[in-house]
Amino acid sequence: MSETATSTSTNRPEFRNIDGASLISYRWPLASLASGMHRVSGAIMFFLLPFVIWMFDTSISSEISFARFKAAFNIGMLGIPGFLWKLVALGLIWAILHHFIAGMRHLWMDTHHHHVTKDFGRQTAALVIVLTLSLTVVLGAKLFGLY
Amino acid sequence: MSVNYGSHRTVVGAHYGMRDWLSQRVTAVVLATFVVLVLAQVIFSKGPVSYELWSGIFSAQWMKTLTFVVFLSLFYHVWVGMRNIFMDYVKPYAVRFVMHVFAILWLAGCTGWAIQVLWRL
Repeated sequence: MSETATSTSTNRPEFRNIDGASLISYRWPLASLASGMHRVSGAIMFFLLPFVIWMFDTSISSEISFARFKAAFNIGMLGIPGFLWKLVALGLIWAILHHFIAGMRHLWMDTHHHHVTKDFGRQTAALVIVLTLSLTVVLGAKLFGLY
Repeated sequence: MSVNYGSHRTVVGAHYGMRDWLSQRVTAVVLATFVVLVLAQVIFSKGPVSYELWSGIFSAQWMKTLTFVVFLSLFYHVWVGMRNIFMDYVKPYAVRFVMHVFAILWLAGCTGWAIQVLWRL
């Protein structure tokens, strides 16, 4: 039985869930790009979680630690200059913006699935990416003191 | 619900797909509401964000309770998300198992630290 199944299925295309190696050779239409970046942004925040809690801790515990928090970004910390810490913060800003906005898109799609079309998916994915990058630029400029 | 114990216990499949799918969305709403709530108080304040303003946001009891719920929601939300990533891209079971254990320990540690910070305010 299993032999027949094997011999008949050899010519058929095999669809499997993608693995790490196929990520590079994969075609990336806008909707899948938004989805992929949703995962990437989530993973970034997962690995930077101790940094986020460190920021929560130092910024809120006391006025002295609040000053230490500000100094880390203005002067530096652990031998790493402040602007590099700001870059990490900018990465976090992009990650939370993308995850938040793409998440809103997912929630809307889950609750309005009968309205969702291929075009809608592509257009809203483009909107998510453009909105995220624009807001990242605006907040990044604020972070680096451009205005 | 049908009987799911003894000789009737379901032994195949995970059967937690719907629960995790739904709880990831429910926790997402909790987290998004919290982000908007905190951001709004920062954005609609005048001048540079001072320590008084920032710590004042978290001083109310209802805000502390909400923040605690947010930490727990974050824990579960991130666990479901990271497990999805590991299940999709990490195929060797031994490696995946180690990563799952790492994710749980990492998240438990982070959640504990966050609650510790919150409860001494």
